[in-house]
Amino acid sequence: MHTYAVYVDNKPGVLNRVASLFRRRGFNIESLTVGHTETDGISRMTIVVDTDERGARLVEANLYKLMPVRRVDNITRRPAISRDLAMIKVAAIGDGRTQVMQLADVYRARIVDVSPETLVIEATGTEEKIDSLVEMLRPYKIVEMVRTGRVVMARGSSMTPAKTDRQKRTGALEDAAAGSV
Amino acid sequence: MSAKTLTGAQILWESLVREGVTVVFGYPGGAILPSYDAMLDYPIRHVLVRHEQGATHMADGYARATGKVGVAIATSGPGATNMVTGIATAMMDSSPIVCITGQVGSALIGSDAFQETDITGITLPITKHNFLVTHADEIAHAIREAFAIAASGRPGPVLVDITKDAQLGTCTFDWEAAAPDLTALARPGHSSGVDPVPLINAAQRPVILAGRGVMLSGAEREVLELAEKARIPVAMTLLGIGGVPATHPLNLGMMGMHGEAWVNHAIQESDLLIALGMRFDDRVTGNLKTYAPNAKKIHVDIDPAEFNKNVTVDAAISGNVKDVVRTWLAQLTDPKREAWLDHIHELKGDSAVRDIQNLPDDGHLYAAHVINDIWHITEGKAIVVTDVGQHQMWEAQYYRHDQPRTLVTSGGLGTMGFALPAAIGAKMGRPDAEVWVVVGDGGFQMTLCELATLVQEELDVKIAVINNGYLGMVRQWQEFFYQRRYAATPISAPDFQKLGDAYGVWSATVTTRGELAGIVEKARKQRGALIDFRVEQEDSVYPMVPAGADLHKMIRRPSPIAETAAD
Ligand SMILES: Cc1ncc(C[n+]2csc(CCOP(=O)(O)OP(=O)(O)O)c2C)c(N)n1
Ligand SMILES: [Mg+2]
Repeated sequence: MHTYAVYVDNKPGVLNRVASLFRRRGFNIESLTVGHTETDGISRMTIVVDTDERGARLVEANLYKLMPVRRVDNITRRPAISRDLAMIKVAAIGDGRTQVMQLADVYRARIVDVSPETLVIEATGTEEKIDSLVEMLRPYKIVEMVRTGRVVMARGSSMTPAKTDRQKRTGALEDAAAGSV
Repeated sequence: MSAKTLTGAQILWESLVREGVTVVFGYPGGAILPSYDAMLDYPIRHVLVRHEQGATHMADGYARATGKVGVAIATSGPGATNMVTGIATAMMDSSPIVCITGQVGSALIGSDAFQETDITGITLPITKHNFLVTHADEIAHAIREAFAIAASGRPGPVLVDITKDAQLGTCTFDWEAAAPDLTALARPGHSSGVDPVPLINAAQRPVILAGRGVMLSGAEREVLELAEKARIPVAMTLLGIGGVPATHPLNLGMMGMHGEAWVNHAIQESDLLIALGMRFDDRVTGNLKTYAPNAKKIHVDIDPAEFNKNVTVDAAISGNVKDVVRTWLAQLTDPKREAWLDHIHELKGDSAVRDIQNLPDDGHLYAAHVINDIWHITEGKAIVVTDVGQHQMWEAQYYRHDQPRTLVTSGGLGTMGFALPAAIGAKMGRPDAEVWVVVGDGGFQMTLCELATLVQEELDVKIAVINNGYLGMVRQWQEFFYQRRYAATPISAPDFQKLGDAYGVWSATVTTRGELAGIVEKARKQRGALIDFRVEQEDSVYPMVPAGADLHKMIRRPSPIAETAAD
């Protein structure tokens, strides 16, 4: 599994270009989220792809061939904070109701809506944590669920590229001359 | 320059003129009509094609022959969809073209309006980039970006789709303010692996694999210097032909499926492959598992997405071939490669036996003879534009190109119908050059409507139809791999001589080798000519590596009609 933070121009059709690239090259997207960044006009995608090292490099190189792509960070091996958000509607009546509320408590999830037959639980955390909560809730019957997919941010001081900023070619020539290709 | 108010249509032409465009290939229609109307006021020659596919191939042929960006223009809907084949062809062979299409008014987009089609959606995977322009004030910027993107880095096609209201609208035209964002084109190039120079110096059996990137980066001199200084033989991809002179002693010729045996054997036996601006297409590698098993591999390409895609390499250097090779030249040490070169020479065998010129005329007309004789008669100086099929491979084998950009052929997509329109584009770009089309009887029938374009534009292009009565290359596969069950490959044709006459092109028919030279010479004196060469019908291209087979396991010519000893 490889996780990328991809900074793109916020223009119509960008998502289509990115998705089309994965389809065309035969890479399988595990999850893809997209949203605004703090920089006007730049959106950030978190893309999780099921591929090996070689494939991961091809994904990165191919993403860079799309004009609206400004920067691609493979953050798979970097220390990073990874979160998934889920809203889970569970059938909860009688005893089950209290048990579901207790489970939510254990997972530090919140009950955000209540009806006579159902509860809606909002949970954030790593995908593993959400997976585990979902498994625990399954016996009570999940009637509806939505998850955002993974969003990831590297720890430390990495930043969103500025609007005018694009990563420059790391001169192949200098590399070659230095014998460090 | 002071800003002035123009219509979007005027801005389109004003921008094209400033990009240095002098000729466009196109076909009008409703959605592009405002732009056609404005065109008359600008110093641009418009070549009216007979089918929009032809316009894209012409722009492509123009680009391949000159290195400049070619421009094609069409209306919305069917005009735009007719361009798809030509765009995909240009994409596969990294050819810089800009396609301009009209689009329905922006208010109608998404409503299935008359002649509305989502051409930016359709061409998304077959363009380097595309634009949908809905306002007049976006046109100059889109055109400038389109040209920059098409020509930069690894070149390719760009499509600009302009709505009718954007063409009709007015705004101030400010060329400076419309400058493209060039930083978008400066992409990180990652190089990886070991230092290539020690690999080169240590190699005893190296081979250079020269692709189209050699010519695209203008590295002909550097590559030749590398070959000569380090005494390294060069094998060419189909699209690399012309990058190193064919008659140079270190040039082995074309590699791959229809490469000569010694070329493929040299690759298989090598201990180092130096791949320059090529992409290890399956047509040149054969079975990847057994490909050059003992060779280290160096890969230089401007597109890092090509590294380790098909073949795992030891050193990947991202950059243009010219710059990268130049850094190597000073570091090369004294090579001792005579044993290796002698070995390859032995693999070649006796070239006097091989030279088909030395074979007696047995009364048959072979396509290889036709190509070889045209090579002799034109002194190897013509630009030859081929179609796709057996004739294309014979051209690559028997016309010896010493100059870059003199073979124009659809390699990656293998598009039948490419030759005639691409030759018209090449001739427009290189009016000084003698331009020959080498085309099969099948492919010629796909785009021969462009004969009328040739005549209307008064262009001097010579057409050699290699007429074997078959979709020859497919017939050959049926002969080898499908027990000679010739399903749908015998193909009829009109009398091409009469057809040429009807279009107003000087035409002739050749059935024997004896009359060949005389008629070719006559054709060379005409402005535009068509020769119908009635060649041996069931001849095959040898050697042949079956698709997916080991590169050294070639099917060889069974009976001695031509290059017997060596192929
Ligand atoms: C547009 C298109 N359709 C089909 C093919 C498949 N194809 C490759 S070669 C060939 C036969 C070409 O026949 P012809 O033009 O007569 O040339 P020959 O091989 O006989 O020299 C065909 C059908 C193709 N390359 N392009
Ligand atoms: Mg044929």
